[in-house]
Amino acid sequence: MLTPLTEGARFQPASDQSLLIYFGQEISIDAHQQVRRLLHLLESQPVTGIRNLHPAYCSLLVDFDAVQLSHNDLEIILRGYLDRLQDVRLTEGRRVEIPVSYGGEFGPDLDEVASICAITSAQAIELHSSVTYVVYFLGFVPGFAYLGELPEALVTPRLARPRQNVPPGSVGIAGKQTGVYPFATPGGWRLIGRSPIAMFRPDRNNKNLLSIGDRVRFMPISKAQFAALESA
Amino acid sequence: MSVIQVQAAGLLTTVQDLGREGFGPLGISPSGAADPISLRLGNRLVANPEGSAGLEMTLLGGIFSFPDGAVLALAGADFATTLDDRTVDPWTSFEVRPGQTLRVGSARWGARCYLCVQGGIAVKPFLGSASTHLQSGLGGFDGRPLRKGDVVHTGSAIRTLRKRKLAPQLQARLSARQVLRVTAGPQSNWFAESSLRTFYAGTYRVGEQSNRMGLRLEGAPVTQSSSGEMITEGVSLGAVQAPHGGSPIILFVEQQTTGGYPKICNVISADLHCIGQLRPRDEIRFEQVTLETARALLIEQEKLLASEESILE
Repeated sequence: MLTPLTEGARFQPASDQSLLIYFGQEISIDAHQQVRRLLHLLESQPVTGIRNLHPAYCSLLVDFDAVQLSHNDLEIILRGYLDRLQDVRLTEGRRVEIPVSYGGEFGPDLDEVASICAITSAQAIELHSSVTYVVYFLGFVPGFAYLGELPEALVTPRLARPRQNVPPGSVGIAGKQTGVYPFATPGGWRLIGRSPIAMFRPDRNNKNLLSIGDRVRFMPISKAQFAALESA
Repeated sequence: MSVIQVQAAGLLTTVQDLGREGFGPLGISPSGAADPISLRLGNRLVANPEGSAGLEMTLLGGIFSFPDGAVLALAGADFATTLDDRTVDPWTSFEVRPGQTLRVGSARWGARCYLCVQGGIAVKPFLGSASTHLQSGLGGFDGRPLRKGDVVHTGSAIRTLRKRKLAPQLQARLSARQVLRVTAGPQSNWFAESSLRTFYAGTYRVGEQSNRMGLRLEGAPVTQSSSGEMITEGVSLGAVQAPHGGSPIILFVEQQTTGGYPKICNVISADLHCIGQLRPRDEIRFEQVTLETARALLIEQEKLLASEESILE
């Protein structure tokens, strides 16, 4: 028997021109697929008055024109979309390999992460690159992909004091998440390596290297390989 | 095509229009004018569509010359401005002849002034918009603030000056607000009752590190009643997020698209443009209203802006 997928969807106004739809309150592949299905429906069958969409782990934020729509109007429309989520067939994400040079100046927090987790730095690298991650969503800044889930043995809290300036390409971990910083930004994730691959390519049609639903593996490379790839 | 020659760029002058909506799924925030109402009205003064690109100047304007002449208007905060030796009034269209120099000085109040030129600023659009996204270096003029020596192209102008000015009652309505109206945030119930009372009774100072991404507020810290861990979610423009025991931050036009801090409240749509006129050390307070009131205020504001009487010929 099919359980109705819309069961448990909860609506919460975020501002006078935005509405959050929550699919549960925890990070899970089920919630992720609900978010993807609703995002897909809203992108393929746009609603007049909706301005922007912000997918996340288990929620979708919908920005709308409050002159045209009230929260109530929008909730009624979205309930109609939720009823059709079962019909959405999600495409299998692409498989993407991202080369990373771990440790040293590229990964200033690697040794500390290893020490918090009571493993060696080599084991930390091995763990981080041993798993296939799911792109849960893109957010924060252009091209930043939230990847999960990190192996339990590598889970560490974020830095108590965020860095003012994280170099672009930095590979960070925080809780059960990992990701690659596309731009120089402030950031509180622990940095364990750096990738020479551009995550955001403004001059291309497909601007993001990664899309929601993709599968990602990190591939350890040497400093020399990093330099060669960077200049390629 | 005509050009603007930048002889001095001011503190932070960028190309802005009304932003690029709809790219949240790529992690790209809309950016766009910090005070979009001023840009919209400024464009109408020079007979442009409301969403044409203009130059957003911050606290201190620049020095510009127009080898081909231009029809201009200054909109937003009053930056003491002269054209050669003559004073230029804000909110009024005027003509510049070839060889004349426009000197836009420093803000008498507020933080941002828009230089609107008939024909609009012409840059290669990025994702459908001319606005500069400073943090990622995308859009606008090479993704960066203007510098001395830049030559900025403008779109084709009709070059007929019909003297236009903003209706005085509208000018009065747009003057700076010290009290920002807000609706409850999605996590407002995470904060202790006493903390909410302190927040709404308190005065907050706009911090020096504020920018187009966000305004850092200095004042009474807010504490959460539960120490629950937030799951990262989408954040809306004008959200006031508060890290546990920390100072609140208002997320602004170049905001991150998702975030992991609880939001205590959200500035209402009708007051968002006021945030663009706040400057470091300004003191503000927050007043909570219902969603219904917020919507009514927005609809009323849009009606006022759309009315024929807002621009006088």
